[in-house]
Amino acid sequence: MEENEVLVKVENLSKKFCIDLKTSLWYGVKDLCYNVFGNKNENSEELRPKEFWAVKDISFELRRGECLGLIGHNGAGKSTLLKILNGLINPDEGKVTIKGRVCALIELGAGFNPILTGRENIYNNGAVLGFSKNEIDSKVEEIIDFAEIREFIDMPVQNYSSGMKVRLGFAVAAQMEPDVLIIDEVLAVGDLGFRVKCMNRITDLLSSSAVIFVSHSMAQVTTVSNEAMLLEHGRIDSYSKNVGDVVEKYFFKFQTSDEQLIGDGSIKLTEFSFIENSKKVVETYIRNGEDLKIEFEIKADEDVENLKFRIGFFNIEYKLLAEVDSDTVNFIGKVVDGKLIVSVVIKGLYLRYGKYSIHLHVINLDTNKKLLRQSNIGHFIVKPTISIGADFLLPSEWS
Amino acid sequence: MELKTTVYQKTNNKKIGKLLLESLSDMYSSRFLAKQLAVRDIKAQYRQSFLGILWAFITPLSTALVWIILSKSGTVQLTDTGVPYPVFVFSGTLLWSIIIESINAPMVNTNGARGILSKINFPKEALILSGVYKLISNSFVKIIVLLVFLIVYGVGFHASALFFPLAFLGIIFFGTTLGLFITPLGMLYNDVGKIISMGLSFLMYATPVVYAIPKTGLLKTLMEMNPLTPLLLTTRNLLFGQNLDYLTYYFGVFTVCIPLFFLGLVFYRISIPIIVERMSA
Repeated sequence: MEENEVLVKVENLSKKFCIDLKTSLWYGVKDLCYNVFGNKNENSEELRPKEFWAVKDISFELRRGECLGLIGHNGAGKSTLLKILNGLINPDEGKVTIKGRVCALIELGAGFNPILTGRENIYNNGAVLGFSKNEIDSKVEEIIDFAEIREFIDMPVQNYSSGMKVRLGFAVAAQMEPDVLIIDEVLAVGDLGFRVKCMNRITDLLSSSAVIFVSHSMAQVTTVSNEAMLLEHGRIDSYSKNVGDVVEKYFFKFQTSDEQLIGDGSIKLTEFSFIENSKKVVETYIRNGEDLKIEFEIKADEDVENLKFRIGFFNIEYKLLAEVDSDTVNFIGKVVDGKLIVSVVIKGLYLRYGKYSIHLHVINLDTNKKLLRQSNIGHFIVKPTISIGADFLLPSEWS
Repeated sequence: MELKTTVYQKTNNKKIGKLLLESLSDMYSSRFLAKQLAVRDIKAQYRQSFLGILWAFITPLSTALVWIILSKSGTVQLTDTGVPYPVFVFSGTLLWSIIIESINAPMVNTNGARGILSKINFPKEALILSGVYKLISNSFVKIIVLLVFLIVYGVGFHASALFFPLAFLGIIFFGTTLGLFITPLGMLYNDVGKIISMGLSFLMYATPVVYAIPKTGLLKTLMEMNPLTPLLLTTRNLLFGQNLDYLTYYFGVFTVCIPLFFLGLVFYRISIPIIVERMSA
């Protein structure tokens, strides 16, 4: 069964990193000596001062045709893991066994020299990626066509736009026929047309190779991967064939930035909560299409009338996806005795699966002045009834 | 087709023989990459320069000029060198510049590849090989200028000059061997490179570069101990058709150098992952 052979086998992989550069360099010298003269008394299980585990006890297996989505916050150890898998650095513990040709789309255009022309740099980049001269000779036209930069191919690369450089880099890398493909967020560049082209090429490779895919775009991970691993402080937090579960755990962990406050200080938001079964809660989960109930309290030193409210919903990539406005139903707020409690029901929130944060604007209708703009005042998670690709699932009637 | 299996784990139990074999086979298989890198660097070097090839011998020429003036003006009294002094001093500074470049080449090339070292897995031996290619190509111009000097000053050609190319490759081999051992530490600490360049500028005066070995004294002892002396003298004297006084020491140096070179390759191979780990963010 050639189709199902294990191409990547990772066993209890661990890697130490050092916080301090000077110490790190010194440990480098020591490691050099240990490796050359043999290791006598150093215990690799223990951390030396100022060290931490960048990757700890990672194990997994990947077969041809499988795609592992690697997710986690910045600094969770994803890139370190990729570097070990790519053989750039050696693990401190554990073992990696890889079968076949490895291709790492970590940096595009490696080996480019800015002064040389695009054509010359195809050869440089190709050679670094392990192509032979004949291979490049036979593919050079194909590469130029794929990159769509024929008119500029004999111009020095330093005059290329960054997008053109990426195109050329990807066009060369796309010629590889790897058994194991490692992708680290290189796809988020270039213009739309080219991104589609990249994704198509990668989809071609998905079926014929074992893929390890790092991305911060959960949409990409859920579309491409058929298993996912969530890393947290170098350790496996969650690893499952059910990509949705893992992505959900990632959302829960996501630390949204602190509340940001803009306003003239005349009014203050003192309380914010969701109403779940008539009880006040700080965080809530709703199913796709359910109502979201919010209650918040505003205090002011002086009584204010004619207040308008707007609530915005931001997704995890900080994109404003939807808003509700009190003006649409002619609701006008009024602070009496220094206090106002507002409750809102958002009817049928048909948002996509994910974590959302809430932003509040308060505007004085008389002066049209923003009295308060506060972000990240609350978070909720929408759990899907079905998985969708777009941001919204619109309510519909079918017959 | 059987797929190649690669294993990555903590490497302190690998046999030297196996590592050396891997290193040599990687060096062989990376010929194209090495050539490509060398061509890339040479092209870039000349394309962004007006004087281009002149730079290859301007520095040794200017050092030589200083010494020619010093000796002509009588500021320094130098012993007889057997050939016209300008030829002696220019050949000295030129060969010396080749020695220095060869010693520095592995470190310069590995440093220059920092960007790709931390991103792409390629046979690192290609960096060493491309360094050798670049040295040969850069030195080629220097040697032609030197030959012109020989004709102009009437030293002429001697049969022994046929061995000169071999001796020249010997210099590159010697320098690269030293460079292999310096590189790993030099990649970690900038100090190493600075110490080496400072040390070499002192060492020049303990090597018969701009003057011949004195008949007596401390300098004579120092010069005769210095392994660069037989290296430089033999190469130069082959060209001038003079006596090869230090031939035993010369072959002695290479007898030590050959095993050291292979050891250096192994050392370099072991050290690269450690360096990459420490230098990349």
